[in-house]
Amino acid sequence: MKNETTVPAPGAPRQRGRVSRRMSGALRMFAALMFAGGLYLTFAPGVQAQGAAPMSDAAQAGQALYDTSCITCHGNNAQGVDGRGPSLIGVGSAAVEFQVETGRMPAARQEAQAERKQPQFTTDQARQLGAYIQELGGGPQLPAGEDFASKGKVSRGGELFRINCSSCHAFSTGGGALSSGKYAPTLTESTDRQIYAAMLTGPQNMPVFGDTELDPQDKYDIIAYVRALQDDQDPGGWGLGRFGPVTEGLAIFLVGVVALVFAALWIAGKS
Amino acid sequence: MKRRKVDLKALPGKSAEAVDARLHVATPLRSLLNKVFPDHWSFLLGEIALFSFIVLLLTGTFLALFFEPSMQEVHYNGSYVPLQGVEMSRAYETALNLSFDVRGGLVMRQMHHWAALLFMAAIVVHMIRIFVTGAFRKPRELNWIIGLSMFWLGFTEGFAGYSLPDDALSGTGLRIASAIMLSIPVVGSWVTTSLFGGEFPGEIILSRLYIVHVFLLPLILLGLVTVHLALVFMQKHTQWPGPGRTNSNVVGERMFPRYALKQGGFFMLVFAVIALMGGLFQINPIWLFGPYEAAVVSAGSQPDWYVMFLDGSTRLMPAWEIRAFGYTIPPLFWPTVVLPGILTVLPMAYPWIEARWKKDKGHHNLLQRPRDVPDRTGLAAMALTFYMVLTISGGNDIVADKFHISLNAMTWAGRIGLLVLPPLAYYVARRIALGLQQHDREVLAHGVETGIIKRLPNGQFVEVHQPLAPADDHGHTDLPYVGWTVPKKMNRLGALGPAVRGFFRPIEQAAPPVQQKQVEPPPTREEITSGKH
Repeated sequence: MKNETTVPAPGAPRQRGRVSRRMSGALRMFAALMFAGGLYLTFAPGVQAQGAAPMSDAAQAGQALYDTSCITCHGNNAQGVDGRGPSLIGVGSAAVEFQVETGRMPAARQEAQAERKQPQFTTDQARQLGAYIQELGGGPQLPAGEDFASKGKVSRGGELFRINCSSCHAFSTGGGALSSGKYAPTLTESTDRQIYAAMLTGPQNMPVFGDTELDPQDKYDIIAYVRALQDDQDPGGWGLGRFGPVTEGLAIFLVGVVALVFAALWIAGKS
Repeated sequence: MKRRKVDLKALPGKSAEAVDARLHVATPLRSLLNKVFPDHWSFLLGEIALFSFIVLLLTGTFLALFFEPSMQEVHYNGSYVPLQGVEMSRAYETALNLSFDVRGGLVMRQMHHWAALLFMAAIVVHMIRIFVTGAFRKPRELNWIIGLSMFWLGFTEGFAGYSLPDDALSGTGLRIASAIMLSIPVVGSWVTTSLFGGEFPGEIILSRLYIVHVFLLPLILLGLVTVHLALVFMQKHTQWPGPGRTNSNVVGERMFPRYALKQGGFFMLVFAVIALMGGLFQINPIWLFGPYEAAVVSAGSQPDWYVMFLDGSTRLMPAWEIRAFGYTIPPLFWPTVVLPGILTVLPMAYPWIEARWKKDKGHHNLLQRPRDVPDRTGLAAMALTFYMVLTISGGNDIVADKFHISLNAMTWAGRIGLLVLPPLAYYVARRIALGLQQHDREVLAHGVETGIIKRLPNGQFVEVHQPLAPADDHGHTDLPYVGWTVPKKMNRLGALGPAVRGFFRPIEQAAPPVQQKQVEPPPTREEITSGKH
């Protein structure tokens, strides 16, 4: 293949060095940008002038975060972008806090379900984002405080958990598979506020357990039970991931049968 | 008073004489203690099942002292906080008390459960050994059938035990069992209602399962174990072919003392493995499951591993419902009633099927190596693959969840795999068996590879072979193929030092090199000076 880049004619005079040429180009570009920006600042209408009621400081901070990290998919003013992300109008601060604090949002990619990962924002930032979405469109909110477990009754929570939650999250809160790559996640890392928010808002494939289905006291009870399971020390030994008979069956072959076949080899070899 | 002198050395003989004078046991005991057993590691797999059965009887007796199979409603008041005040059956309460309030109860429960899993695992592994070595052939067909029956009895026994604590998981299992019984055409509803004493769950099922679990099935199992072992005594143990071993002798060790001591030691090891697993690995944590209620179900509900293949077949079965003559045959009927039926009858008939197929009605006391009957080895691989696909499908939601695979993809992989993989396994296993056989025959014909490469005058490279017998002009030996190990390394022939034994590291010192006689120093050579260029 031939190189198509233009090369100066062999006899043409060389005027300036490459570096100085680039420097002057950059300077001119900078000046042009400054001019355009100045014009925009002078003539564009101010942001403050639009809204009817001014937003709180937290919401403004949240908006700044939103405009840098969420706007690509959820769109301008959280109205959603077709094919990328849903509108956040009316989802409330509870949903935002849950999604952002557990690291599910910002999502890494479009797939069956966003998974829990290292959060991108601090708790404070997540709540600022929540305040922004809340003041933008309203929606369900979490009660104040960090400790809900102590307000609940563990044994009643257990009964509610087994009826409402275990069919997807499993008895041992280990989670389980749903159809087509979707799943109910494990609850081993969830905090009180996250569990409450999940029940209240029904993230991803989870149904919503509104206050008419599980009133706040029911939710506190369930949270108390989940926390009790998180604190359970597996009195029987290593819990094998608490996956039930599948790992138990693996263990009996990988440990029991293998150990005893070696024992048989050893004993039969002694003759 | 004069002290009577006791001759300590004569004491055992004297007391034995005294016993024999009264009971006349010397003659039968002598033949029993002198009975010869062949020794090979693969003959000890059935013993694992036998010994875990003994552990099951011991630990089960302990559990029965504290467990009450009652469905009476009570409020839990024991020491496990998350369930305090919860309404539950007396059975679940006593199972919880066993775990938390009876000293040593939890480790006993866990040992019992691990022993049950080991019992079934050992049965399956033992059964594979019997099958691939042809130990089921005439005259041992009856023992093969007894063994298969014990698998199904152990299966039922295990399922009954899994159902007894009345936690939510065992209740779910029982619910599925009742659904399976309901799916049987014509008699289904009658069978179910008579077993449960009405509609599921009723109030009687636990007491019935309890009697089945602690009395009926253990008694039948014990009886069958006795017959199984008695038949091994009567028909004598099979042995591998080899030097000095024929179809009409048994080469091995006497029952007493060596064989009995080895078996005693092996029992201790089985006991130790079960005790270690019971102490180290948590199994069936019923307190996490809560009491059974009809509305309660959990993700990841599985039966124990030996039942999982039926769960898998149910998950893979398409929802084909047949309606004819006013009756409905639900899809559940095929994978849970018809399939186990086939899996019982077909293996039981296999000894006769093979005898017809191979036209072999002979009396066999010598085993066959898996490679020497490639068809049967292929069938074993086929059956095992079928079973494995079903078992993995029984846990396909756990696999899907933990390895981030779509559950739908797992189901379809199971459906396609169930049809495609077994024939593939048959082909691969058969080819491997033929290949191994071929290599044995090659060694018999050409000798052992020495690793020495020779270059011929025409430039060709050949490996020098050590023939196993005087060879003809072409270096070929005419040794018969006897179906037993052929030496494949020079140290097996004594041409090199023996291989140092050991698995990961040597367990013995390499034998010191044989001290050679002081060889005379070679005559000094003088440099050749003439003819130098």
